[in-house]
Amino acid sequence: MGLTKNSTGFKAANTDLIVKKTALEDRIIALAGNPNVGKSTVFNSLTGLNQHTGNWPGKTVASARGVCRYNGRNYVLVDIPGTYSLMPHSAEEEVARDFICFGRPDAVIVVCDATCLERNLNLVLQTIEITPNVVVCVNLMDEAKRKKIHIDLDTLSKRLGVPVIGTVARKKRSLDRLLHAVETVFEKNAGCQPVRVDYGSQIEQAVEELTPLLIHKFGSTINPRWLALRLLDEDKTLAAPLKDFLKTDIYCDKLITEKLNSVRLKLEQDGISRESLRDRIVKVLILTAEEICRGVVSYDKKTYNSGDRRIDRLLTSRRAGIPIMVLMLLVVFWITITGANYPSGVLAGILFWVQDRLSDVFMLFNLPDWLHGALVLGVYRVLAWVVSVMLPPMAIFFPLFTLLEDLGYLPRVAFNLDKYFKKCCACGKQALTMCMGFGCNAAGIIGCRIIDSPRERLIAVLTNSFVPCNGRFPTLIAILAMFFVGTSGGLFNSVLSAALLTLLILLGVGMTFAVSLLLSKTVLKGVPSSFTLELPPYRRPQIGRVIVRSVFDRTLFVLCRAAAVAAPAGLIIWIMANVTVGGNTLLAHCSGFLDPFGRLLGMDGVILLAFILGFPANEIVIPIIIMSYMSIGTIAEFEDLLSLKQLLIENGWTWITAVSTMLFSLFHWPCSTTCLTIGKETGSLKWTAVSFALPTVVGMAVCFLFANTAKLFV
Amino acid sequence: MNKKHLSDLKDGQTAMVKKLLSTGRMRRRLQDIGLIEGTEVECLQKGPGGDPVAYLIRGAVIALRSEDSSKVLVF
Repeated sequence: MGLTKNSTGFKAANTDLIVKKTALEDRIIALAGNPNVGKSTVFNSLTGLNQHTGNWPGKTVASARGVCRYNGRNYVLVDIPGTYSLMPHSAEEEVARDFICFGRPDAVIVVCDATCLERNLNLVLQTIEITPNVVVCVNLMDEAKRKKIHIDLDTLSKRLGVPVIGTVARKKRSLDRLLHAVETVFEKNAGCQPVRVDYGSQIEQAVEELTPLLIHKFGSTINPRWLALRLLDEDKTLAAPLKDFLKTDIYCDKLITEKLNSVRLKLEQDGISRESLRDRIVKVLILTAEEICRGVVSYDKKTYNSGDRRIDRLLTSRRAGIPIMVLMLLVVFWITITGANYPSGVLAGILFWVQDRLSDVFMLFNLPDWLHGALVLGVYRVLAWVVSVMLPPMAIFFPLFTLLEDLGYLPRVAFNLDKYFKKCCACGKQALTMCMGFGCNAAGIIGCRIIDSPRERLIAVLTNSFVPCNGRFPTLIAILAMFFVGTSGGLFNSVLSAALLTLLILLGVGMTFAVSLLLSKTVLKGVPSSFTLELPPYRRPQIGRVIVRSVFDRTLFVLCRAAAVAAPAGLIIWIMANVTVGGNTLLAHCSGFLDPFGRLLGMDGVILLAFILGFPANEIVIPIIIMSYMSIGTIAEFEDLLSLKQLLIENGWTWITAVSTMLFSLFHWPCSTTCLTIGKETGSLKWTAVSFALPTVVGMAVCFLFANTAKLFV
Repeated sequence: MNKKHLSDLKDGQTAMVKKLLSTGRMRRRLQDIGLIEGTEVECLQKGPGGDPVAYLIRGAVIALRSEDSSKVLVF
């Protein structure tokens, strides 16, 4: 649920390798590491920025950059996507590899998870092969301590030959030592020689035969040993970036290719084929990591993660796993609905009191009626509706969801649902992108980069908007409260509305499965591909940070975006309601034109018009509906949802209208930001059009079927 | 003797990897997370519906689909 400026388009797809320095002595530091080791937390603490963090692998899909100052020097930090290895298998891993190899960072900080150090060292060893300027940051030392894992950092540093710093990224002090270590890396003769992995005599000999040629050809632009190994390995993904970096196609160099062929032939005679060469390289790296860790890492308790296992046995159990998931969703909705009810009323009261005072001011200065109408009744009133209807549910839902995210529950959701995704020939990680879609569909679509298979990624992109984003939640909650559970409150009512909302979400999830399956069987044919899903250890969330982050990063950001769209929309509605053409207002013309079509779908022209005008932001749909009805009718004052319901009923709403509107809110075109993001991510107008049409057609079909079936029974 | 696969393990059982039969990208992915010959793997638990299954591999919990775990020989 990465919902910040960075993730919703402004800086999102930033994959270029060029980092600008503001001064010559600035240093570029890459922040690398396995997925989910707290890189972004380290990044945030060092730069004071707010890159999205959370306890699940794959949050950071594009590199973010920020500056931090230490000892009078600027360090440009680049937070790159998590990767297990520098021999990449997916688009985001290629981003990571390309930056370390070709982005010319002055140094690389490899962030490791202290609770799982041995596996992390694989990446450390591979990074050291590229550049000697490496600092190892063993993060999450507090978690390791809690699990009674002891790490001998000094011995580790000696064995690796690079500085090793233990950190708790949430604590700034431990990061000062990290920066100090980065500084020492640049002082020549720092005293240690980085470890060199020995791949066995045959491979080493092959490397030795190649390196002189490479040094002769490229000098010091690239590490010759690393390049020789990659050439032997025939890493296909490397060809293009290597060509860009070296400004020449290495495979066209006759001398090098001839040598390469002869060396490879010799290896093959020694019984090392191409496939087994890669196996050997990987195996040696892992065994070296194992060797280095021997005696460095010690557990006080052999069953150090038994607590996690116990929780997992419950949360992902065969029988209870999915019911618990649904129950959790229900509880989150219940808290949101119950908690939002009261502040919503209070906010509306305050904001409309302010509106009256504004009107008084306009009267006092004898300002013209049209100005008062446009600014106060148009712009201000829509803003007031957006704030009072949207803010409370968001301010409650976001922190709750962030809490689950920080705990590490989201990967378990993917684990629980994977079987169904497999049946739809899709990837279990799609569940993670759907979770992000709860926050913002645009963020969810960028998140689809965590899915390796292009076919499955496209399915996830096309179906993401079947999950309602936060812009649509309040619409659903408000209609539910008005038409199905009453606004009187009470435990039974609030539980009922939470249950109905859960049901709607499950409908959206079900539709995601259905459409994914449909796509897999028709235009995007294919079999489910392989993937590994890591279930990270549960971590204790920092309640304070969760609240601050979700309120400031997400709630206020979303609210500002909604307000920015709502203000002009309010103006347009007011103008449309007050400009008369041929005896009727423009609004009446438009809604009249859409009316027959709207009625066919169980709604009316005004509702359909609101959805169309809500294209820039779904948040403003309900406010626009209210505005439109109010400008047609005569009622002027509204205090709570009850009077709102009265207004809707006077305009012909029945429970069928309410359900149809909710269904259409769940299934209709994605908002403009989402469409732009889809365009950017797929790079194809065709798929953007499909992702626009798909939910729209589904929504129309569902509404049509529902409304016309329901009418038979009324 | 029948060949035993990673997917044959029951909850709580531990085995040693004998050979990876998977090829291409999945083979590399498994190697990246430390699953090579001689690695000890513990089967932690099956997910709802019996698939995927969570394994403990070098201190990390990794879920694999049965299609993939059946391509790992263990003993």
